Amino acid sequence: MIQKLWPYLRSYRKWFVLGIGCAALEAIFELLIPLVMAEIVDVGIQTGDGVYTVQMGAVMVVLALTSLALGIGAAYFSSVTGQGFGANLRAAEYDHIQEFSFSNIERFSTASLITRLTSDVNAVQMTVMMGMRLLVRTPVMLISALILAMMISRRLSQIFLVVIPVLVIAIAVILIFAGPVFRKVQEKTDQLNLVVQENLTAIRVVKAFVREDYEKEKFAKRNEDLWKTAESAYGKVVIGMPLMMLLIYGATIAILWFGGQMVHTGTLEVGLLTTFITYVTQVMISLMMVCMMLMMLTRSVACAKRVIEVLDEVPDISDSQCSRDLQVKDGSIRFEHVYFKYHADSEEWNLEDINLDIKAGQTVGIIGSTGSAKTSLVQMIPRLYEANQGTVFVGGEDVRSYSMEHLRDSCAMVLQNNTLFSGTIRENLCWGREDATDEEIQHACRIACVDEFIDRMEKGYDTDLGQGGINVSGGQKQRLCIARAILKQPKVLILDDSTSAVDMATDAKIRQAFATELKDTTKIMIAQRIASVCDADQIIVMDDGRISAVGTHEELLATNEIYRDVYTSQQKGGCIDG
Amino acid sequence: MAKRHGRKENKFAKPGNMKKTLRKLLSYVGKYKVLLTLVVIFLMINTICTVLGAYMLKPIVNDYIIPGDFSGLARMMAALIVIYVVGAMCSFAYSRIMVHISQKTVYAIRRDLFEHMQSLPIPYFDKHTHGELMSRYTNDIDTVSEMINNSIGTLISNALTFIGVLGMMFYLSWQLTLITVAMLGVMVLVVRKIGKHSRIYFAKQQKAIGEVNGYIEEMIEGQKVIKVFNHERKTKEEFYQKNEAYRKSATAAQAFAGATMPVLGNLAHVNYAITCCVGGLLAIAGGFDIGTLVVFLQSNRQVSQPINIISQQVNTILASVAGAERVFEVMEETPEADQGKVVLVNTVEKEDGTWMETDRHTDHWAWKKPDGALVPLMGDVRFDHVVFGYNDEKMILHGISLFAKPGQKIAFVGSTGAGKTTITNLINRLYEIQSGTITYDGIDIREIEKASLRRSLGVVLQDTHLFTGTIADNIRYSNLEATDEEVIAAAKLANADSFIRHLPQGYHTMLSGDGENLSQGQRQLLAIARAAVANPPVLILDEATSSIDTRTEKLIEKGMDRLMGGRTVFVIAHRLSTVRNSRAIMVLEQGEIIERGDHEDLIAQGGRYYQLYTGQAELA
Repeated sequence: MIQKLWPYLRSYRKWFVLGIGCAALEAIFELLIPLVMAEIVDVGIQTGDGVYTVQMGAVMVVLALTSLALGIGAAYFSSVTGQGFGANLRAAEYDHIQEFSFSNIERFSTASLITRLTSDVNAVQMTVMMGMRLLVRTPVMLISALILAMMISRRLSQIFLVVIPVLVIAIAVILIFAGPVFRKVQEKTDQLNLVVQENLTAIRVVKAFVREDYEKEKFAKRNEDLWKTAESAYGKVVIGMPLMMLLIYGATIAILWFGGQMVHTGTLEVGLLTTFITYVTQVMISLMMVCMMLMMLTRSVACAKRVIEVLDEVPDISDSQCSRDLQVKDGSIRFEHVYFKYHADSEEWNLEDINLDIKAGQTVGIIGSTGSAKTSLVQMIPRLYEANQGTVFVGGEDVRSYSMEHLRDSCAMVLQNNTLFSGTIRENLCWGREDATDEEIQHACRIACVDEFIDRMEKGYDTDLGQGGINVSGGQKQRLCIARAILKQPKVLILDDSTSAVDMATDAKIRQAFATELKDTTKIMIAQRIASVCDADQIIVMDDGRISAVGTHEELLATNEIYRDVYTSQQKGGCIDG
Repeated sequence: MAKRHGRKENKFAKPGNMKKTLRKLLSYVGKYKVLLTLVVIFLMINTICTVLGAYMLKPIVNDYIIPGDFSGLARMMAALIVIYVVGAMCSFAYSRIMVHISQKTVYAIRRDLFEHMQSLPIPYFDKHTHGELMSRYTNDIDTVSEMINNSIGTLISNALTFIGVLGMMFYLSWQLTLITVAMLGVMVLVVRKIGKHSRIYFAKQQKAIGEVNGYIEEMIEGQKVIKVFNHERKTKEEFYQKNEAYRKSATAAQAFAGATMPVLGNLAHVNYAITCCVGGLLAIAGGFDIGTLVVFLQSNRQVSQPINIISQQVNTILASVAGAERVFEVMEETPEADQGKVVLVNTVEKEDGTWMETDRHTDHWAWKKPDGALVPLMGDVRFDHVVFGYNDEKMILHGISLFAKPGQKIAFVGSTGAGKTTITNLINRLYEIQSGTITYDGIDIREIEKASLRRSLGVVLQDTHLFTGTIADNIRYSNLEATDEEVIAAAKLANADSFIRHLPQGYHTMLSGDGENLSQGQRQLLAIARAAVANPPVLILDEATSSIDTRTEKLIEKGMDRLMGGRTVFVIAHRLSTVRNSRAIMVLEQGEIIERGDHEDLIAQGGRYYQLYTGQAELA
């Protein structure tokens, strides 16, 4: 894991070393101070040498101030390193996600990717920052305190032989014990949160069916579970602290007893006895810190693992087989025995043996019930998903031979789940082409019938959409998304049920504009409404992952049962959205 | 977008009304008076032991070690052991009690919060995002628990230690203690200075982190669009800028925060050095003996430790009081008004043909007025000049009047925002109307007990929400007493039976994450089945079939007809085919009914409905 994370720390290695250096020196300084103090007590005061006492006092102040400066340095350098590392890691993860294909994104799910980019990275960066100080300081303290204690009296230091093993065992027992217990608490917390989460999202259902009491009961059960688990977990863990204190006290008593005898026999000075006690306490507190660090580490290791999972994910679709400068020549599309499934291990194909031939400039409609794989079919064209078998050709060439950038620039797609971003309408439209002129924008908007409502907006193209395009209605949003795609001046334009919220008259107008203004562009439209596709050059009827039939409206009405069914179901009553 | 607000709030914000929040917290913790007294006693014993343990060093060194009185030393050792053991035991005892108090308290706070939340009116949930309310349960209650569990004990014991040790130092040498007190004053000043700077940078950091997280959220949610538009490079550049701004502000904030500890620690060392010098000189001058100095120096170390710890705890405590305040704010919200006295009861027919109330589950219902009079439940709903707005500034419905006689099917048509869903939300009193009246079987709905009112209405909402549990559990949600047969019958009615049987465990298939393993259409079928199980006299269908394709809709048409048969039904639908056969169709525009009549009437009128029907107008 360190190997995986080190590259993101590398650009801050200077700061990293400085931080560690400061922390280590600071620790050593802090240990020297009790030595000087012993000197004051034993030499300065015992001999009655006032000058020496003040001299040593001054030395102590200097040492403390140096240590203070080192401490500030350590805090600053570790903060620079930790935050820099976090920023690097976050940027690397973000960059890597940009390489992800649709299936990569789906494998993680959007919500999980967001957590992995935000709180997980933050947890790791925090650990690096805190760890730099503690991880260096604690062992340095531990070792130097041990050495210094041994220098004072090797005989008395034998006490460590007893105390350290006991302490380590005590810590180990608590750690081993605490791990599973706290996992259980976490589980219960998650269960409780799930009840709240569901209750919040479905509060209208709860109220409508008068199920408040039922929900309260459900919550009460989880709440009690959590309380009992937590109380027993924390109740057992609190024994740790007094136990540690007892050990430290025990060591102090032993030192006083044995050290006292040594003072009496003249093998130890009084001042050094108190210094020795200080060191022993230091050693034991350091050991306790190590224990706490380990606990913190186990938590952030889990976060780091989740981040690394993202970094290690291999993008499904890459430019490996492409020739960089091959451009899409025209909008012709051909499917040859294409098979596709979303999950490699699922048994059934999502698309099965698809054969299609679409000429450049044609208008193609796709009809089929929910789950018949209409969307999957069109997503093969800009290579958003990769065919498992067979080949998709665009402009006469295998889609894999284009770079993704060239391919997707030529094949514009309006997704079913439209997203507009925060910013003005103009900024959103320019996603299609950054350098689009006003005339080009207006032209695209005319085709998509955006001009009808944009004039009514106070600030026109500079209207702020707010996040997710909350300031426009569903139908307006769809039309903006279409305009955004047209602005790319693509060779192939794919609309995935993109006019469902647009009324029939406007829908017809947009189709009319497509026919006259985008003659050379191949237009592929998935629709629920027969009316949206009935004048297309060819209509593809999808059924459960297969092509049921291809033909014109009249041909399909005569030969295809599914098409006829859909047609008649929509005739009765006039469908206004689909 | 909605989730955003939850994150914006500043975690480091100081609590607004500290006193009030603390009083409220105290009312929870105060229940444990006896235990709390024990805690304070144990804490005091523990502190006395700590101080005594340190004080004993002086006589041990001076009177026993230096003269070499080992039998005396052994006695002192025994006394020390007793003191230490008692101290450790008290420390364990108070920690253990505090665990009980803190866990029981957060348990009670969580329970009260959830129960209160269930009583809050829907407008409250409109105003507050789920993320925001969820964080009351997660972050906020966690900080409260943390505070009661750790901070309070730590604070009290450190304060006691501080006072105890300082007192002893005064006893040992008041001159030296004055030096220490002066140094402590300097330390407090420095901490406050650092704290001020660090707060400024923390605020900056919080703002930057909010921006980075917001950007990540928006972009990752729109990641597929980014791919389709080859926008990767551009978004990376934008991200780098925000990431860099965050890095800069966080570096400063963390550096300040990290510096506090070493600054305090080393100032304590300076204090120690000065005390050493002065003490050493005094000892030489014969002011006092070495033993006293040794103990004093030992105490000197101990006295600055509590300041260090308290200064760390203050931030935690402020944060958790702020958290507690947010929790209590929710609890102070006014619950749904419910003064209704009319209740829904089951009835049986007596031999003489009149009806009487029964506890048994029958298919006959009646409204029972406070005076005991029974009004049979018919399903007659009337709106009389109803005016309504989600807030008082902007009215959504302007004087709506309509009636639905028992067994009639009434449809609402109109574009988004015209007020269709609003009307149905008023019937089950999820919102309160500003003026006018709504009556149900001739009774003003405000006089009907809310639970009774809602029990008499079955709804299928626009967004289907399912709960973690089996499919059968979810269907049964509307009527917990429904038998398996009734559940299956309802599923058949909604045409959900066949897909349910295809699932690996059939009706016992577990659903999770709002039924994410089902398609939107399948979820709607389950919601219809759920409403059917309740068997209510009045049914509200709000876009109940919007995600079901036209072919499947035809398949469930028969079931829907059966479900609607004999009931008063309110239907909202985008698809006019769904509403065509209604008794009356209301065309709504901007909160007013602009046309009403049955299908033929409206087509003949050649107005708005006609335009919609022939596709000349837009519904969005």
